[in-house]
Amino acid sequence: MIEIRHLCKTFSSGEDRVDALNDINLTIADGDIYGIIGMSGAGKSTLVRCINMLERPTSGQVLLDGRNLGALDQAALRQVRREVTMIFQQFNLLMQRTCLQNVCFPMELAGVKKADARRRATELLELVGLPDKAGAYPAQLSGGQQQRVAIARALATDPKVLLCDEATSALDPNTTAQILGLIREINAKLGITAVVITHQMSVVKEICRHVAILDHGTVAEEGLVSAVFAAPKSEAGRRLVFPGRVDEQVSDPRDQSQLRIIFRDSRTTSIPLVAWLAREQNVMASVISATTQPIDGETYGGMLLSVNRGELAAALDFLNAIPNLTVEEVTDLVR
Amino acid sequence: MSGKLFSAQSVAEALNCLKTEIPFAIWETFYVTVLSTALAVVIGLPLGVLLVAGEKDGVLPLPGWLMKLLNAVINLLRSVPFLILMIMVFPLSRLLIGTTVGTTATIVPLVVAAFPFIARLVESSLREVDPNIIEAAASMGATPMQIITKVMIPESVPSLLSNVTIALTTILGYSAMSGIIGGGGLGQIAINYGYYRYKYLVMVVAVIVLIVLVQIFQSVGTALAVKSDKRLKH
Repeated sequence: MIEIRHLCKTFSSGEDRVDALNDINLTIADGDIYGIIGMSGAGKSTLVRCINMLERPTSGQVLLDGRNLGALDQAALRQVRREVTMIFQQFNLLMQRTCLQNVCFPMELAGVKKADARRRATELLELVGLPDKAGAYPAQLSGGQQQRVAIARALATDPKVLLCDEATSALDPNTTAQILGLIREINAKLGITAVVITHQMSVVKEICRHVAILDHGTVAEEGLVSAVFAAPKSEAGRRLVFPGRVDEQVSDPRDQSQLRIIFRDSRTTSIPLVAWLAREQNVMASVISATTQPIDGETYGGMLLSVNRGELAAALDFLNAIPNLTVEEVTDLVR
Repeated sequence: MSGKLFSAQSVAEALNCLKTEIPFAIWETFYVTVLSTALAVVIGLPLGVLLVAGEKDGVLPLPGWLMKLLNAVINLLRSVPFLILMIMVFPLSRLLIGTTVGTTATIVPLVVAAFPFIARLVESSLREVDPNIIEAAASMGATPMQIITKVMIPESVPSLLSNVTIALTTILGYSAMSGIIGGGGLGQIAINYGYYRYKYLVMVVAVIVLIVLVQIFQSVGTALAVKSDKRLKH
């Protein structure tokens, strides 16, 4: 189990101080696939690097099965890093080593006998589906294959936790699905806890059980993926789940108001809302964007409407009366 | 200039020199250059590693004053002209070799001139290593020493080979200069035999042989660097 307690990280260079993380509290259970999602600059990468102490937190604790990692000396920490391994966006393989030698690398660091390391590395390459690439160099492989080698390498020291730092962000959608499938398989087969850092909602939906939404260095909300997707409670959550983008050409902010509407179940999603508004309230709304997301058999939806300022109050009254529907006026649009 | 460059007599002299003197001079130049480069690498490589690893956010941070001192000494040695340096290291040559003249004695000033140069070349090679790969190694529990010996140096081998080739050809040029203090080799033939005795054709021949040597060193070095680089798809 990973417990993150009151974690803060401040980067300072001279006079400049940047609070990258501010009072983060998370608990990641054994065997979970835990997503940490946020926009660029939300502090995701810093947070994941605090979990294995590549970044030392400014304050707060990271507990791995009750051990306070911040209190360990360098030697003990290196030992922990064999239990908490990592894969990266750019794969970070050693380019002058073959795939087999890359997978052997962490075992070499740990002092495993060469013959044993080679045997285990061969098994791992088989596990990730690349038994024929043992002698190939990373430059000869595709991105997806390189990430598979990186995963094999991360498994070499029998870790308990696999940290995935934007592991699929450099891959195309098909390859992304395959790599996510592999992570899910590893999680199921070997019981390894996976912490998945991403900026892609689709990744979280695909494999995560729990998710934390990171916004400006704080946890905006967290919980089961289905719950967070069904009814995002935070502003950051709603922005991520139902992104709304507005061009100035589409809507003039001086005499138009924007409304973000979230349908919290399938029945609500199927309401012909714009038509109702027009018929019942005589409010002419234009649809700026609309999405639906199927999660756990339910369909959730989000919509961004633009209405005349004068009709805003009437529209809000009407929409607020509909059950399982969240509505709010949008004042700071994501561009 | 006495007589024409290609008079019968000067051609005969040059041919004679090519047969009798030049083969041994090539050997001397080769031996001095390669040995000096090798010794300079032995000193320069660890210093180059320190220049990168010892930085504030390097893998093995060293005290700031030590880094400043190291940089200052390297810059100082690199700024002394080789002609002057040759003379300045006489006491050191005497201490190490027992003499200040002759072929072996020129190895001392060559190494002193070359190791700071090689330290800088090694530094630039190591800086090319992707910091993300170093971070990945750290995330796997590598010690600073392991990062240096198993990641930074092996990953920069192609670049190190090209840079050592640059050093080798530069030292070859310096070794020719050392003919002045009685070092043997092609430089000595060009200066003492050719230039001072007005046998310009001999001088030209010696210089041409030097050019050929540089070409060979450079081609072999480049070929090795390319061959060793696994980032290129073969």
